[in-house]
Amino acid sequence: MSVAARHLLASAGPVSNFSWNLLADLRQMLGYAFMRNAFEAGAMVAVVAGVVGYFVVLRRTAFAAHALSHIGFAGAAGAVAVGVIPLWGLLAFCLTSGAVIGGLGQRLRERDTVIGIVLAFALGLGALFISLYSGSSNEAISILFGEILGVSTGDLSLTLAIGLITLALVAALYRPLLFTSVDEDVAEARRVPVRMVSVVFMMTVALAVAISVQVVGVLLIFGLMVTPAAIAERVCRSPGQAMLVGVAVALGSTWLGLAISWYFAYPVSFFIISISFVVYVAVRVASWAKERAVRAMAVA
Amino acid sequence: MTAGHAPVIEARGLAGGYGGRAVWSGADFTVAHGEFVAVLGPNGAGKSTLLKMLLGLLPPLAGELRVLGSSPRRGSAHIGYVPQGRNLEAAVAFRGVDLVGLGLDGHRWGFRVPTRPRRELPSSVTEALEAAGASEYARRRIGEMSGGERQRLMLAQALVSKPQLLLLDEPFANLDVRHQSVMAAVVAEVAVEQSLSVVLVAHDINPLRRVVDRVCYVAGGGVAIGTPEEVVTGPVLSRLYGGPVEVLTDSRGRRFVVGLEEETAHPHARSRASVVEGAVR
Repeated sequence: MSVAARHLLASAGPVSNFSWNLLADLRQMLGYAFMRNAFEAGAMVAVVAGVVGYFVVLRRTAFAAHALSHIGFAGAAGAVAVGVIPLWGLLAFCLTSGAVIGGLGQRLRERDTVIGIVLAFALGLGALFISLYSGSSNEAISILFGEILGVSTGDLSLTLAIGLITLALVAALYRPLLFTSVDEDVAEARRVPVRMVSVVFMMTVALAVAISVQVVGVLLIFGLMVTPAAIAERVCRSPGQAMLVGVAVALGSTWLGLAISWYFAYPVSFFIISISFVVYVAVRVASWAKERAVRAMAVA
Repeated sequence: MTAGHAPVIEARGLAGGYGGRAVWSGADFTVAHGEFVAVLGPNGAGKSTLLKMLLGLLPPLAGELRVLGSSPRRGSAHIGYVPQGRNLEAAVAFRGVDLVGLGLDGHRWGFRVPTRPRRELPSSVTEALEAAGASEYARRRIGEMSGGERQRLMLAQALVSKPQLLLLDEPFANLDVRHQSVMAAVVAEVAVEQSLSVVLVAHDINPLRRVVDRVCYVAGGGVAIGTPEEVVTGPVLSRLYGGPVEVLTDSRGRRFVVGLEEETAHPHARSRASVVEGAVR
């Protein structure tokens, strides 16, 4: 299914010509099971990535999230090499390294060095696993860049299950997670188990990364986890609001990207990432212009 | 200093440090109910270490320490704490009320269950904001607040659990002289209103001159405590530093610690500059 869908899209040129009857286009689009699955998987992943991404940005752990996705690549490649579903390999590698990274704590200096060292090793392993797998390189490409159009109905339920676990973990950790993110010293003095919160959170990120990889791939995970949250941090003034905006941006760019890919046979992940990128740039430009206007008014 | 109250802090032969190495030792002092004590001394002398011991984050290396009648224990709601060097960078997209709310229930799992109309705050949050003089801007984004406004917000967060003891680690570090005095006055006012004891770490006695009851000077491996007139003097500081130190007083009563031409006993002396404390800014 997955390979068939990709080839259908990759080789056939424009899948459908643009018409002004968008409703009819949408109906046609959703007539295909692989498109329906893509919209559903995209929605689940966008919600999870938007929520978890908020904390990734808040805690300045973007590098850790990035590393997790690449470590997950090694896991997925390993799973392919031994003939298991890539997602299992992703989960195994991401969860283990997530626990280790979380154990390193919040202090940035030592943490990022260790993450970088483990990341390099994991990528080396990934290279080995790919060479062990004698099949085509398609599998590796789809792990790297995502394959949302190849999500099967079975993948969907697994994505939903993991997504719900992720959201439940965030909900349970909510206040201590916010507290330790902005105020580790005070939280520690108030008896928040800082290290434990950090470990469970990084494992939550690992779960979110594992399911997001299906949609955008390990190389582009930032587009769903970091860009929407960074946009939200610029425009929002409370954590709840920022999470909602993050989810909205992630969801909007995923669905819009999918819809655009219906007309143009370029990778879906490219469209998804580009949309959130453009929004980010627009928000930065707008806030710069606003600041300038405020300053000009203050001078005058 | 109210009569009839047990001391808030009692230290006997106390030694502080980390990794098994004492930074200072032989400290004997008590802090009374409602008393305002400033902890002074050069960088690296162990001022923050003292606060961490009071919070139960570091164990005493020797001696005895009792806080509010028992050995210090992590997680006490009776102690409000503002650590050193916080700029709230991570919390730019928070409102002031979100930050203060974390001081109230940030240690609990899950969400705060909304039991009241959405825009209404828990009364302790409103009171703490009021006491710290931060109500007016508490619904603004922290990213748009000045250093002084953020500092008062952190004070509100420390007050929200209705503590009996307030521990402030260099709350003046990022403030200009005028805001230092404002902040000192705010802290002193809150302390009197809520009959709080305050232990405040600072670099400079001068913004605190009018509000402190006693000074705890940590330097050269020792601790001296007393009124500013008793402690911030040439002989006492020379003994602490183990080298010649002079204290100059200007026409307005401000004290300036001068001396230490050669880096004497103190291993972390900041520089060879002759004014080590309280430079005019």
